Amino acid sequence: MPMNFDSVLGIHETALNLQAKRAELLGANLANSDTPGYKARDIDFRAALRDAQQLGGNAGPMQATSRRHMQPENYQMGAQVMYRQPLQPSLDGNTVESEVEMGAFSENAMRYMFSLQIVNGRLQKLITAFKGGQ
Amino acid sequence: MSLFNIFDTAGTALNAQSLRLNTTSSNLANANSVSSSTGETYRARHPVFAPIMKQLGGDGSSIGVQVKGVVESQEPLRMEYNPQHPMANEEGYIFLPNVNVVEEMANMISASRSYQTNVEVMNSAKQMMMRTLSMGQ
Repeated sequence: MPMNFDSVLGIHETALNLQAKRAELLGANLANSDTPGYKARDIDFRAALRDAQQLGGNAGPMQATSRRHMQPENYQMGAQVMYRQPLQPSLDGNTVESEVEMGAFSENAMRYMFSLQIVNGRLQKLITAFKGGQ
Repeated sequence: MSLFNIFDTAGTALNAQSLRLNTTSSNLANANSVSSSTGETYRARHPVFAPIMKQLGGDGSSIGVQVKGVVESQEPLRMEYNPQHPMANEEGYIFLPNVNVVEEMANMISASRSYQTNVEVMNSAKQMMMRTLSMGQ
């Protein structure tokens, strides 16, 4: 089986990038859990990963070809950043629900570790091959 | 690297929450500070939080918290008729701060929980980075 560095990382390079981005977003949500008027944000990971895979680096919003064009907003690496619908809206306009965000953050961290583990395993295989099994 | 931004964001939150804990503790400490006129009486202080919309660098996905200022509560002060008190004014009244102890306790719990959450976030981000750094070893 031919193996090169691109195929070692495969989908997991994109996945790791997206998961790091999502961790940042969820971290910001948790930081603002007591800020009045703050709206919690997240990305649809499944859709974002699918787009990133299908379209290569060209996923996402329309491209602005001049600096004077309106720049697309709310996009992170081709994934649209969306506002979360709160389960229990609060009076001060804050839509962060700590337990929901914490759950999402932990899940995202686990997925990140999972992707890392797989990449690591493949790298170990390559290293073994380089050393001729020694 | 975007994982670094988590430390900045969580750091601003830790800062804000510790300030909130500070104001809460000073409110609770002064809950019974008596004075003889409305002007000298301690008033409950509360911080005002706001998101930092223009984050230094980055692409807008990490929004930190800033403390806009500390405001004094406009609730009426408690007036008590107690002519025996050494601080009583000519009419025999003393003034007590408008600190609502129950509210302050709830504030304290909320602040310390938020602080813990952010520490947890920092720890997770640190773990993610350490694992990434040790990749391929």
